[in-house]
Amino acid sequence: MRTDNWRPSASIEVLKQRALVLQKIRHFFAVRDVLEVDTPALSHATVTDEHLHSFSTQFNHPFSPQASTLYLQTSPEFAMKRLLSAGSGAIYQICKSFRNEETGRFHNPEFTMLEWYRPGYDHLQLMTEIDQLMQLIMGCDTAERVTYQDIFKQHIGCCPLTASLTDIKTLASQLGYAELAASESNKDTLLMLMFSQHVEPYIGQSRPCFVMDFPASQAALAKISPTNALVAERFELYFQGIELANGFHELTDGPEQLRRFEQDNIKRQNMGLDIMPVDQHFIAAINFGLPPCAGVALGIDRLLMLALSCSKIDQVIAFENSRA
Amino acid sequence: MLDGEPCNILENEFVKPGKGQAFSRVKIRKLISGKVIEKTFKSGDSVEGADVMDTELAYLYTDGEFWHFMNNDTFEQIAADEKAVGENVKWLVENDTCTITLWNGAPIVVQPANFVELEITETDPGLKGDTAGTGGKPATLSSGAVVRVPLFVQTGEVVRVDTRSGEYVSRAQK
Repeated sequence: MRTDNWRPSASIEVLKQRALVLQKIRHFFAVRDVLEVDTPALSHATVTDEHLHSFSTQFNHPFSPQASTLYLQTSPEFAMKRLLSAGSGAIYQICKSFRNEETGRFHNPEFTMLEWYRPGYDHLQLMTEIDQLMQLIMGCDTAERVTYQDIFKQHIGCCPLTASLTDIKTLASQLGYAELAASESNKDTLLMLMFSQHVEPYIGQSRPCFVMDFPASQAALAKISPTNALVAERFELYFQGIELANGFHELTDGPEQLRRFEQDNIKRQNMGLDIMPVDQHFIAAINFGLPPCAGVALGIDRLLMLALSCSKIDQVIAFENSRA
Repeated sequence: MLDGEPCNILENEFVKPGKGQAFSRVKIRKLISGKVIEKTFKSGDSVEGADVMDTELAYLYTDGEFWHFMNNDTFEQIAADEKAVGENVKWLVENDTCTITLWNGAPIVVQPANFVELEITETDPGLKGDTAGTGGKPATLSSGAVVRVPLFVQTGEVVRVDTRSGEYVSRAQK
């Protein structure tokens, strides 16, 4: 062990700046009358998304002979939507989220998320509010908005929505991923690779960039567009090569949500991953009535990296994971 | 193993969209040809492990072309070439134990001990009374390595260095 690993990975000066940014964010929501909430980090259920890996632990109840499994939340989304169904109105939360198998320049297995929901907003209205927050924190210009289809075409030269798997495989090979493409049967996997390596680094350089209308196959928890069934009302925010936020015009259809979770679990099974328990409280809350709303999750650590010109997430976290 | 060659991972960048597949962009050195290549793997993909063996040997000397090591139990000697020694040449100290990676019986990687002690052959005299904590100054060691040392450390002193980071640890305790 290195002898100086007791020291923070962020400088004290950065930690002071971090506190200041958090203060500004809380003030931003206070004046807009958005309620701060605090939902559990540990839950009996978790996400089914095959690309997210939850930490799990055993809860030994003092009066029960059997331990139960609890999961650290990968985001506070389900619990916050339950609050919306219960009539909370607009809410936000700044909390730790936990994702196993993620570490790198932009990833730490536990990180700080800002997540907020606006009943009555669609994703476009929410994007305007995110833009205002970005201008406040970053002092940047107003964000540009592009569609996934247009920006993909512009940088890679084919339509991500209508191209066949074969076309996409050929393109991926030309871009230097021949071996990976040869054995890949999932079009979205290749789209994600090409987008992250050949689009992301080039967009939002001088001002933040919203990419809207993701392919319907990557809808996650977003509504499918009522005017174009090929795309979902999902957006991501990029700034200077960093993926900062992901948002949806939220799916409010309980049976459709349950179907998506079950589909995820089928994919998990096919990939040899554990089946995850579906959050029945969440499904019940949607069925009771999730108000039409838009929501977004924004990585606070990455926002700080941008605001303070840090190249590694370690530099904005008091103790990155290897020192934790 | 890649294309029939054992490889060493130089850099591994984790790439993952918030909602989506994780990838590793890996920079790899092929240990026989010395070629450095970049490859992208899906998280969870696997490649054949190289059938290599690590052995602890003492460094003896170099004849300029080869670096000679000896097994202190069997007295068997082995010679590693420049490709195997690579940049670690600057951390080789006579009689220190190194980890030699053998592939098909031939040395392909030479890894020095985590900490080595080397004499400073040249450094600017620091200001008297200065203590540790400032930026320090560069010092050339007897092996040719250059490390940053605190201002109070002088030419002729032996210092302890972490070979993984190339950082000064302390003065050697004699």
